Amino acid sequence: MNYTPTEMMTVAAARAIRNDDVCFVGIGMPSAACNLARLTHAPDVTLIYESGTIGTKPDVLPLSIGDGELCDTAVTTVAVPEMFRYWLQGGRISVGFLGAAQLDKFGNLNTTVVGGDYHHPKVRLPGGGGAPEIATSCGEIFIVMKQSKRGFVENIDFMTSLGHGKTGKEREALGVKTKGPSRLTTDLCIMETDPDTREFVVTSIHPGVTREQIRDNTGWAVRFAEQVVETPAPNEIELGALRALNERTARAHAGQ
Amino acid sequence: MTKFVSLKDAIAENVFDGDVIALEGFTHLIPYAAGHEIIRQQKKDLTLIRMTPDLIYDQLIGMGCVKKMIFSWGGNPGVGSLRRFRDAYENGWPRPLEIEEHSHAAMANAYEAGAAGLPCAIFRGYLGAGLAEVNPNIRSIECPFTGEKLAAVPSIRPDVTVIHAQKANRNGDVLIEGIVGVQKEAVLAAKRAIVTVEEIVDNFDDVHPNACVLPSWTLKAVVQVRGGAHPSYAKGYYDRDNAFYKAWDPIASERESFQSWMQDNVLNVGPDAFASRVAFTNAEQ
Repeated sequence: MNYTPTEMMTVAAARAIRNDDVCFVGIGMPSAACNLARLTHAPDVTLIYESGTIGTKPDVLPLSIGDGELCDTAVTTVAVPEMFRYWLQGGRISVGFLGAAQLDKFGNLNTTVVGGDYHHPKVRLPGGGGAPEIATSCGEIFIVMKQSKRGFVENIDFMTSLGHGKTGKEREALGVKTKGPSRLTTDLCIMETDPDTREFVVTSIHPGVTREQIRDNTGWAVRFAEQVVETPAPNEIELGALRALNERTARAHAGQ
Repeated sequence: MTKFVSLKDAIAENVFDGDVIALEGFTHLIPYAAGHEIIRQQKKDLTLIRMTPDLIYDQLIGMGCVKKMIFSWGGNPGVGSLRRFRDAYENGWPRPLEIEEHSHAAMANAYEAGAAGLPCAIFRGYLGAGLAEVNPNIRSIECPFTGEKLAAVPSIRPDVTVIHAQKANRNGDVLIEGIVGVQKEAVLAAKRAIVTVEEIVDNFDDVHPNACVLPSWTLKAVVQVRGGAHPSYAKGYYDRDNAFYKAWDPIASERESFQSWMQDNVLNVGPDAFASRVAFTNAEQ
């Protein structure tokens, strides 16, 4: 079956979600991956969006974090302060699923400014939203992001949310008890966090992708694990569910 | 005591130049009609607070009403940047804009602290986060019992909070349903609160006892504006106009197209225009 690199990325990201996860879902690619997981191998996964919707099962992907669909299909909807205090800070979330504009090899994320400094940026991005606390309060962090030299950089321009810090040791130093970024899924490969150095290392390469391509699209010196496997291609069930979801979503968002 | 008034009077009597004002709504129930009235009355030097400033703040900023914005995520959800916000912040057009940036957790806690009458909010947050280094209002406090270092931010106490809700009863109590966001906290944290509603009903006898109801005596003004949250939505009345959110990006990308849109759709019309912008679903008779 033919498939696009974005479809491969979404499917590979979805596979990491477990049926018993309680997942704090970012909008965009993370939301696509989490809902694909729910529609395929993880039907009981609890998806939580920061608008307050808990256990939501949207039929179409939300355009915003608070689309009505999320509330209509949720087990319950709570106020936003309760969401951040009782549910996130309270330690009830197993996985936070995030994307970013920039990331580094330690999974530190930037969605705040690009270029210049914080007070005089070249490009002002929307900002961190829930990410600073999602990054430290969830059991672990999965990241999904298209790979490019612009986005995968040696030094991010702003530390919107903490990964493993500038040296890989900052979580421990700050007394953060959660695991932090453990898995990064891109359109080329899957990287996992080295348990010693806390850097991302490539553990699985998508079919047809070369190591050269991965190096060319990464701003740091990429490390490959001793044993690198080939990511299984998306199967018919995964692709069928993803395409149907995307079609329903496109129809809904066109305003029809 | 709540007064049922016109939108024009509600804004004129409660919003003043230089005010700190929160028009809250977390994607849902965003008070667009009230925001447009603030623009028509050419309020100036406002400090706007909101967790998720979207198009209505883009419009207020682009029309020169805003001196400062306090926020935690400023974008067009699922679409991209706020073009007018960026033009003001990056290029000073139509006037320079100050920002104070927080995380969602910080702002949610700060609203709650404001509603609770506390001077600051305390929570576990900003660990290793860059904002703590650039925003002097992000500080820390040691737990007197465990010694844990916790984040502290000032509580939010707006001069005015403006929200949109589904309905009011004849007494002026207001019901909010669905994604309730931080609206209750924002109202209780403010000195004055204005609510626009879709509908005014006789009573709330059929409302669940634990529903989110703001008693009339917590509000200064209640105004019926049908469709007043468009292009946001009101659960039970109409859906989010996602197509408009996408269409906004090219409109706001140039100063001229923005101004011409504002002239036609805000300055030249009144709140009655909103009802025709939405497709009412089941609740509307």
